[in-house]
Amino acid sequence: MKIDPECRYRSTHEYARKDGSEIVVGISDHAQEALGDIVFVEMVEVGKTVAQGEAVGVVESVKAASDIYAPMSGTIKALNTALQGDPSLVNKDCYGAGWLLRMSPSKPAEWESLLDPAAYEKETGKD
Amino acid sequence: MPYIAATDADRAAMLERIGAADVEELFSDIPSSARFPVLDLPPPLSEMEAMREIEALAARNLSASSSAWFLGAGAYYHFIPAVVPAIASRGEFLSAYTPYQPEVSQGTLQAIFEYQSMAAALLGMDVVNASHYDGATALAEALLMAYNAAGGAGTRDRVVLCADIHPEYKEVIRSYLSAYSARVDEIDLPPEGAAALADASTFCVVAPYPGFSGAIGDLAAAAAATHAAGALLVVQADPIMCGLLKSPGELGADIVAAEGQALGNPMCFGGPFLGMMGAKAGLVRKLPGRLVGQAKDAAGRRGFVLTLTAREQHIRREKAVSNICSNQGLAMLQACVYLAAMGRSGLRAVAELCWNKSHYAASLIAGIPGFAVRADRFFKEFLVETPIPAEDLAAKLSRRGVVPGLPLSRYYPERKRELLVCVTEMCTRGQIELLAASLEEASR
Repeated sequence: MKIDPECRYRSTHEYARKDGSEIVVGISDHAQEALGDIVFVEMVEVGKTVAQGEAVGVVESVKAASDIYAPMSGTIKALNTALQGDPSLVNKDCYGAGWLLRMSPSKPAEWESLLDPAAYEKETGKD
Repeated sequence: MPYIAATDADRAAMLERIGAADVEELFSDIPSSARFPVLDLPPPLSEMEAMREIEALAARNLSASSSAWFLGAGAYYHFIPAVVPAIASRGEFLSAYTPYQPEVSQGTLQAIFEYQSMAAALLGMDVVNASHYDGATALAEALLMAYNAAGGAGTRDRVVLCADIHPEYKEVIRSYLSAYSARVDEIDLPPEGAAALADASTFCVVAPYPGFSGAIGDLAAAAAATHAAGALLVVQADPIMCGLLKSPGELGADIVAAEGQALGNPMCFGGPFLGMMGAKAGLVRKLPGRLVGQAKDAAGRRGFVLTLTAREQHIRREKAVSNICSNQGLAMLQACVYLAAMGRSGLRAVAELCWNKSHYAASLIAGIPGFAVRADRFFKEFLVETPIPAEDLAAKLSRRGVVPGLPLSRYYPERKRELLVCVTEMCTRGQIELLAASLEEASR
């Protein structure tokens, strides 16, 4: 299992990585491996404002469909449109080309409420 | 589990094991006042006596085949070729349900796949599901689907509902939507007029094809107006009519629901019927119900699988696209065999007969003094204005074996002098002429 040391995580397996004033959101390597072959990704619309923990989309694999929750409160700035044509990018490169969406956080302090890489590694060990 | 009742010896052994004297003792905690009353039933009958009694009861039924039958209004009298029950009742198909271990039931899955494929072609949809309880629930599910496709609660919340839809269907729609924050705006205009009232808060326009009154509106215009408002067009269609006229999908419908009873299923007493539902490809992940897809196994051989199951409740739980839908396996199978047996040309022939015979009937009725046919463009059903209350006409005609149609007062008490007449391929020329002569005589 790969853990990106630059990211923070939720126990529901989303990651957030800071990029300037925005964050990039995706699912962890552990999550993509547990889900299996991802066949469809559906996200909310750009411009929508969501609270931390609110559902922002669904990642569907051949065996399950999982909701994706916002790691932080804020506004959706962009979606990874490449996933519409090739959802398997999430399996191949979840921290890179397989990102899900970009958000502009409205409550930067929420960053500290997320799990750091060491804590997330410990968390996933519990599964 | 074998369907063999426990014997007296079995019961005695079980009672002895749990320490109860008799079966009554097991219910002793329930106050006697709340217990089931003693039934005053006659003694058991032999098989021969039972058959005689049941046949005597059955003889009291009024059957369509022994009448001049012009009643439709949701349940339609169409011919069912003998091949339909012969194939549908084969032992290999003896399961009323979509299988939970689908791979072992390839024949059932193939039948569902073929039904879906033929129904999709008929309705002009890209995908049709494995079916719903009946046309009314399929239509209500179509509204929920449109609601969810628009984003669900907090987004668009208005339905523009054409008033000319079966009153019972409208009741089902209101029941289903009562649990959602959706407003039903019933508009008494043809589809194109109602759709013009769609706005930015509207998630769908619901249009009949044809209406409960039999009238056929301009679906293409309704689709254009609906889409201009950013809403979806949901159409409730007559599948037999789709064998002759352009399909709702061709005319711009996004979701189509239909009552499929007319396709190879008897009227029974109003059920079991067949809910048909399909959608355009872009909406497939919002479509409720089971979907069967064609696939290949590791050796490249054709096989069938349940597909896109992530929409369904065994995976999505409370977020499934529907937690109330089911599949009518037997009724769907009958429709599948019917469509395969009739083919494109056979279905068109049935539809042309319905059109020609109903228009002949309408022309005769329009010529009777005091009667007027209130329809411009219709298929097999039309509204007739009657000089005396339609209920009185129906009562008089039934005494001579003519069932002239549905008096609208059944649903609309104030509309006493309107009769909804339905003419299918089953009505003979003689019966149609008998209907016209009987109406004239009874109204004098």
